[in-house]
Amino acid sequence: METTNYKETPNASFGAPGANFHHLQAAHCENGVTTALLHHYGITKITEPLAFGIGSGLFYVQLPFMKVNGGPAISFRTMPGLIFKRTCTALGVPVTRKKYTSHEKAMRELDERLAAGKPTACQVGVFYLTYFPKEYRFHFNAHNLIVVDKQGDHYYISDPIMEELVTMNSYELERVRFAKGAFAPRGQMYYPGDNLAEPSNEQMRLGIITGIKRNCRDMLMIPGSFGGAKGIAYTGRQIKKWKNRLGDEKARTYLAQLVRMQEEIGTGGGGFRFIYGAFLQQAHAYLPVDELLDVSQQITASGDKWRDAAIQASGIYKGRLGTQADYDNMGDRLIEISELEKKAFKELREAIKKVK
Amino acid sequence: MLCGSLLNDYYPFHQFLLACLNKHLQMKKEEIPQDDGALGRIAREVTYVVGEDGKYETAQSSGWDVKTEALNVAWDEVERKIEAARQKVLNGTASPLLYFMEKKIMDLSILSSYTGFWKWTIKRHLKPSVFKKLPEEKLKKYAELFEVSIEELKLPFGA
Repeated sequence: METTNYKETPNASFGAPGANFHHLQAAHCENGVTTALLHHYGITKITEPLAFGIGSGLFYVQLPFMKVNGGPAISFRTMPGLIFKRTCTALGVPVTRKKYTSHEKAMRELDERLAAGKPTACQVGVFYLTYFPKEYRFHFNAHNLIVVDKQGDHYYISDPIMEELVTMNSYELERVRFAKGAFAPRGQMYYPGDNLAEPSNEQMRLGIITGIKRNCRDMLMIPGSFGGAKGIAYTGRQIKKWKNRLGDEKARTYLAQLVRMQEEIGTGGGGFRFIYGAFLQQAHAYLPVDELLDVSQQITASGDKWRDAAIQASGIYKGRLGTQADYDNMGDRLIEISELEKKAFKELREAIKKVK
Repeated sequence: MLCGSLLNDYYPFHQFLLACLNKHLQMKKEEIPQDDGALGRIAREVTYVVGEDGKYETAQSSGWDVKTEALNVAWDEVERKIEAARQKVLNGTASPLLYFMEKKIMDLSILSSYTGFWKWTIKRHLKPSVFKKLPEEKLKKYAELFEVSIEELKLPFGA
């Protein structure tokens, strides 16, 4: 359990802006925000993988008939916002989440919390996020960060993707808080209660059990052919048709989109599979069931296969590969992963049934 | 070209190569890709890897070519759309609005929620004839959103 080797940056000198806050860098923004905020308010047992697992973050879905940026709508995780909510609920932490229509009120209430020395999380859009590289600034509105302090017109921000604190002025912060488009954040801010009690090991254990059960349900029991472990095979079968149906040019952008969803910032690699593998290992400390370690290995293997598939896909979108056989190969890889994950989660479900 | 056809001819061989690669893909800490990535220039990313002892640990990566390339494909697509819009504006089949919309990677619904105009209103504004008659305050709304002056909005590529 001592494996919390996040990069913790004790901020410069005491009394500097944001000095009362330990910035945590994490693979995924929502896990990172959840973990860092809970740490700040008194719960140090939580780590990024634990937050992800207790929040049942792992998922797969390709929404049919829906397009994102003109490509397939694929996600490797649950809905934004759920990880924080579920993890807090499991640990008995009260959660406040607010949306605003008035920009002034949204900024004023944030300022009031900061003046009281209470770091607060915000959901923002990345398109106008000034400190992000241009290459990442699409209209993606489900990014999370923590505002930790304010000095004059400058807000000090702990963004889990960044290595250190960053700053934005009030105009810039207001603009990202009120970004428009799908999942518009509408000024959303959220925070746990103050002075939280460290959860007992029993509470952690129960949270882990609930989290795993819920994740097994999501991966195995979702009706329809496109969600959960079987959804991976659905995408696999679709890919085989992409070359003929879409033509080479479009099919390439579709594959690139799949890889971006899988590997881009926030997934920790392999479409969150590695974070989940880490979760199962850390869960073992609270719930000593050896199957957890075994399933962890299987999920890791699946993550590795996702990365292999990404290499195959890159062969196609770089133009090195491109025959129907190459697409078939790519599709078959996903169908194989689908079977692997089905098997892993079935074993996990059986193992968790046995614990009381 | 030659390389491509060779790969196709020796497809089974290529599969074999990939299979060999697989063996090494159980990634070790020192094998984490440290390629040049857009994000890598401002922050290294946290990744999860299995260490020597079989336990997960975190490490940082500056990027991975496979995904940098995927991001490039997405941006090529954006560039292609911007270029197509530029042509349409130049030959008078669309108003400059289309060019700026593509440049800001927006679509009708995003543009509509930022400006408060209905989608069908924006569709009308995309016609050069309608755009020419737009009153100052509507142009101002677009110009502010696109971060350009009204003059630039009217004549994006100079006189």
